Amino acid sequence: MTLARRIIPCLDTDGKRVVKGVQFVGLRDAGDPAALSARYNREGADEVVVLDIAASRDGRPTFLETIRRVAAELSIPLTAGGGIGALDEARAVLRAGADKVTLNTAAVHRPELISEIADEFGSQAVVLAIDAKRDRDGWRVFVRGGHEATDLEAVDWAREGVERGAGEILLTSIDRDGTGAGFNCELTAAVSRAVRVPVIASGGARIPEDFLAVFQEGCADAALAASIFHDGIQPIIALKQFLAARGVSVRISR
Amino acid sequence: MKIALVDYGAGNIPSVERALVRLGAETQRAARAADLESAEAIVLPGVGHFAAMMRALEKQELLPALRAALTRGVPFLGICVGLQALYESSEEAPETAGLGIFAGTIRQLPATSKLPHMGWNTLQESRPGGVLLRDVPAETYFYFAHSYAATGEGAQTVAKCDHAANFAAVIEQGNILAVQFHPEKSGEAGAQVLRNFLEFAR
Repeated sequence: MTLARRIIPCLDTDGKRVVKGVQFVGLRDAGDPAALSARYNREGADEVVVLDIAASRDGRPTFLETIRRVAAELSIPLTAGGGIGALDEARAVLRAGADKVTLNTAAVHRPELISEIADEFGSQAVVLAIDAKRDRDGWRVFVRGGHEATDLEAVDWAREGVERGAGEILLTSIDRDGTGAGFNCELTAAVSRAVRVPVIASGGARIPEDFLAVFQEGCADAALAASIFHDGIQPIIALKQFLAARGVSVRISR
Repeated sequence: MKIALVDYGAGNIPSVERALVRLGAETQRAARAADLESAEAIVLPGVGHFAAMMRALEKQELLPALRAALTRGVPFLGICVGLQALYESSEEAPETAGLGIFAGTIRQLPATSKLPHMGWNTLQESRPGGVLLRDVPAETYFYFAHSYAATGEGAQTVAKCDHAANFAAVIEQGNILAVQFHPEKSGEAGAQVLRNFLEFAR
């Protein structure tokens, strides 16, 4: 009995459609989130993440409807987020069918939000999303979709978030995101060793070796990717077989 | 036959409902004691905090009807905190009493492994011949999301899981069945567990 490492496809949406971009800019349409989710559910994904990356600009009802449509297709866990700024917004997202919410910008500005949501729904429902970029002394936390630097250092912020009740960390390397240069194993290992909750590595995945590296060197509990799964470049089942053959514990559905 | 889904505001009620309906079951949300008094089968979904659940059940005056149904032999399935509620108490909320159907206290899993125990894990059958794992192959993965668990021994334990400590993943005693994992989130394997419960309840 070993907890399997999770493979998580991520759907970045504009609230309604899946969009793709490199390092958070240059978006293009990549499909219907419910249709993609149904495919991932069939193909052995361990969980699905749906983010509203235009949340600060658009209305929420569209995204809540998207969550409902996605949840109806899934018999695996669903995490949703993007622009969640208050307890009642988190509640709406969970009621729409998500099992967990991700917090990012709002948690940096008002860290109490983490505990408010954890107190009502439990820590297992709160994922702290951290977008980090290398700087001289370590990793700087960025907010607003990677556009705005903060005073926070990523490892410290992860530690604080967990103390406040986050049950998981979704860690994105801005330097790697969309580049296909592989996960940032150094960053992931630093955060994973610093906190007692699971860490999901994100940003940079291209080939199965990238996943192997982030599970082994990066100590990641789960790994997330978007475009390589959407485009069918990397079938999830083939990725899991690759990992299993190299001694990584993964769930292979029959 | 209708499945009464105990509705005390738990987050996973819609997904449990959806999973049961997909299997052809008829469900009805039970928010009042009267709904449980006439129930032919009961599912208690749970997620989150032990005390929040017990308080909500108490506030809606569901506890006596739930106890009576369990005693009456109504087929019952508890999920996650819905399993934990069957024990006497939990370290998560030492002042809050559970239903006390089974002896013992729900304990926090050792912090030597990452908590919450979040993700997919396999089971080890400790008492073959149970209802819920019928037609479920060995080494099948189920989805867990919890930090507290029934770590004590008990004759009701049908299968265990391990995350820094052994704990009950499936328990069965007469009409009372429960799982620590989330069958509604465990893909085809979870659907099989729910199918087995529906078959049992019929």
